[in-house]
Amino acid sequence: MAQISLTVNGKARKASVEPRLLLVHYLREQLRLTGTHVACDTSQCGACTVLVDGRSVKSCTMFAVQADGSTITTIEGLATNGQLHPLQNAFWEEHGLQCGYCTPGMIMAAVTLLEQTPKPSEQEIREGISGNFCRCTGYQHIVNAIQRAAGEKR
Amino acid sequence: MPTTPVLPKLVGQRVKRREDPRLIQGRGTYVDDIALVGMQHLAFKRSDLAHARITSIDTSAAEAIDGVEAVFTGAQIAKFLPPMPIGTPFPSPDHRAVVVDTVRYSGEAVAVVVARDRYVARDAADAIVVSYDPLPAVVDVEQAMTGQPAVIHPDFKNNLAVPLVPSGTGVSADGSKVDDSAIDAAFKNAEVVVSQRMVNQRLAPNTMEPRGVVAHFEPGKGTMTIWSSTQNPHILRTFIAALTGLGQDQVRAIAPEVGGGFGAKINIYAEEYVTAAISKQLGIPLKWVEDRSEAFVATTHGRDIIGYVDIAAKRDGTVLGLKLRLVADIGAYNMLLTAAIPTLTMMMANATYNIPAVRATLTEVFTNKTPTDAYRGAGRPEATYFVERGMDMLARELKMDPAELRRKNFIKPNQFPFATQTGAVYDSGDYEKALDLALKNARWDRLKAERDAARAEGRLVGLGLAMYVEVCGIGPSAALPTGGWEHSQVTIERDGRISATTGASPHGQGNETTFAQMLADQFGVPFEHVTILHGDTGVVKQGIGTFGSRSQAVGGTALLMAGAKVKKKMAKFAAALFEAHEDDLVFENGTISVKGSPASAKPFANVAAYAYVPVPLPDGLEPGLSDEAFFEPTNNTYPFGCHISMLEIDRETGEPKLLKLVAIDDAGNLINPLIVEGQIHGGLAQGIGQAMIEEVVYGEDGQLLTGSFMDYALPRAIDFPRFELDATVTPTPVNPLGAKGVGEAGTLGSTPCIVNAAVDALSGFGVKHIDMMLRPEKLWRIIQGGRS
Repeated sequence: MAQISLTVNGKARKASVEPRLLLVHYLREQLRLTGTHVACDTSQCGACTVLVDGRSVKSCTMFAVQADGSTITTIEGLATNGQLHPLQNAFWEEHGLQCGYCTPGMIMAAVTLLEQTPKPSEQEIREGISGNFCRCTGYQHIVNAIQRAAGEKR
Repeated sequence: MPTTPVLPKLVGQRVKRREDPRLIQGRGTYVDDIALVGMQHLAFKRSDLAHARITSIDTSAAEAIDGVEAVFTGAQIAKFLPPMPIGTPFPSPDHRAVVVDTVRYSGEAVAVVVARDRYVARDAADAIVVSYDPLPAVVDVEQAMTGQPAVIHPDFKNNLAVPLVPSGTGVSADGSKVDDSAIDAAFKNAEVVVSQRMVNQRLAPNTMEPRGVVAHFEPGKGTMTIWSSTQNPHILRTFIAALTGLGQDQVRAIAPEVGGGFGAKINIYAEEYVTAAISKQLGIPLKWVEDRSEAFVATTHGRDIIGYVDIAAKRDGTVLGLKLRLVADIGAYNMLLTAAIPTLTMMMANATYNIPAVRATLTEVFTNKTPTDAYRGAGRPEATYFVERGMDMLARELKMDPAELRRKNFIKPNQFPFATQTGAVYDSGDYEKALDLALKNARWDRLKAERDAARAEGRLVGLGLAMYVEVCGIGPSAALPTGGWEHSQVTIERDGRISATTGASPHGQGNETTFAQMLADQFGVPFEHVTILHGDTGVVKQGIGTFGSRSQAVGGTALLMAGAKVKKKMAKFAAALFEAHEDDLVFENGTISVKGSPASAKPFANVAAYAYVPVPLPDGLEPGLSDEAFFEPTNNTYPFGCHISMLEIDRETGEPKLLKLVAIDDAGNLINPLIVEGQIHGGLAQGIGQAMIEEVVYGEDGQLLTGSFMDYALPRAIDFPRFELDATVTPTPVNPLGAKGVGEAGTLGSTPCIVNAAVDALSGFGVKHIDMMLRPEKLWRIIQGGRS
């Protein structure tokens, strides 16, 4: 067992974990932050995307021990003071989700996309979310949602 | 006096989904999010071989691992779990949830571990040692039909699950009498015949949420609660009860948040039965959640059907006859609907055309592959693909505009209801209207000029067009072994809020929103005052489920019917309060008033409260406001549309790029156009995925070569252009909503219209047909090998 300390959604956490425990399983099963999902085992789908020290990371590609000392934001920590993040709101407005399973990862990936490219073109959005799979929407309403959020961020 | 706000009518409006706030904040509860006290975890040991006899299984190393509760082999499980049920009218081999002696596809379960957590369970599954005596793997479907290289099920000669079923002109309803005179005459009188063998390749459904199940048998009560990622909790309850020896009253099935279905979560799977049965054996709660690599082998696949298409026509484009000989590779076993899916391909062979003679035949064949079952469209995209590719070949042969060839052969609006040669009765349609709108929106003539200009520059650009008609709103009870109705119960609560149940259990379709829109309008109450309950057999007393694009057309109608019953009773209570006639009441803006006398309005909630404390109780009424309805449709519905695409193929690399996709879809009346758009987008993405990049591939040894997202190309955002949608509206007479269903539509028109465009782009190289998917290498070889 290894000891780790980290900050998750603003709260300091200490835990004793198996070295092989994936970060996503630490978040989901020990902290019960089940909004972060698992949809593949080869790091293609992006459903498990969280922010580690401000950058989007697929949390199935990282061991919990590797997150020792880092600051993590999951989908549950994205809204502030009861206010939805502009991307959350935009996904709602634009019908950017259907079954909702890919949505937390998609939103977290889009957070980083808009931080790096605040005014993305449609092509830049499509490329920017191509590490995240959605099987329901055909992506068009997701693209619309990210465009809307980009507009609102001004 | 306070003024009452005027409530907008919501049916037909782009209402934002009420499901979304929880989902965008990570607060939905999917199966894997459920944790019960004392819960243990299952892992399956799966076969490495496609076809082999098990000679021994050694579980001792697995049992020795700390944290392992139990290990079960197939033979042990067979002692308390009967073979799995199959919803086929055809004879079918026994199918054990866990293999007893012979494995028949790579990935089939051979043993099960119960352990403290998923990591230990996986360790233990890996520690099980299975010895096999390998058998030849049956992979090629047409070779399989000769009984080579092996027979998979001894009682099924030449691997024929269904030897041959005929349908169409001259075939009696039960298929026993076949008269070939009409179809033979059509081909004898033909001036042109086009013929082509086409492969509609195998696909993996790939819901983003893999399957999962939590089963909790409580020995003290003798009851089972099962949570599963399923499209139909009531069907799950029926079968779990039957196979675990419980009554349906003793099983509660819950579909919590379900992360996509696409037909693959209709079937009740081995893992659901095994988790429930072992929970009952051990008396503890158990969880199993599928890995993606497991999903590729253990969740049913879709499509995989060969079509031999022959079309007979006159030189002026009049189609005289159509033959479609189908060979379906169904994999190793029949699952719940496996055998039925290709029969829908036969049924829809008539397409949108008035063809004097149609003959479809179907053979279903076992191979050593994962079984097939429903996948979005389920039989109808296959029919559409074969016929629309064939029509395109005919247009090319006749040098006719593909739109004009189709127009010439359409079933006309005044011919509905239209009994097809293949046994369907199309409810309503105006195919020419959809075609014309597609041509207008795509600017067909200008598009053709653009294509020709691009070609003059040496670019390989093609246009494709396809019509479709599909069977939705499934369906009358005769069409389904479970019954084809849907159920709803509507309750006006004591505070005037409304709760309603529906047996149509959604997994992304947004029924909580659309159904609330309908009830808000029906009762004239705020949308926020309506709650839709679903997915729990403990709450929703009866139901069938969500598939076959049925939830709105069938479930929505049941909801409306139950609402009407309650509203009638509420009007009786209101009539007593107002001393008015019950037919003279107006429900609007959260009030009930007497017609022509708005000042008489009483809050809706006051009438509700009166119904629950009915002093005095009006004559002939029972207290309370709650009623239910079952809706049995008299027919399926038949939505239709036209899709047009423009595609460019890179001359150097063969890589295709979809430049444009115009889709006209007619699903009848729409409850929420925003949600309908989303459904069509998703269907298009899956159809385009099939046409361009998706394919399940097996090696000669029966090993799955596309067993992860590394090898199976799931479409990404960069794979699509912006889709251009529009609609015609031809209501159905089958239900009072006039709604036809739209969940699968996008998968129908898209595949043929894209392949038609690819063939058009490469027509200069002498190519007449290209099988899906449009792998660049395949296209590059055509470019290199053909004349330019």
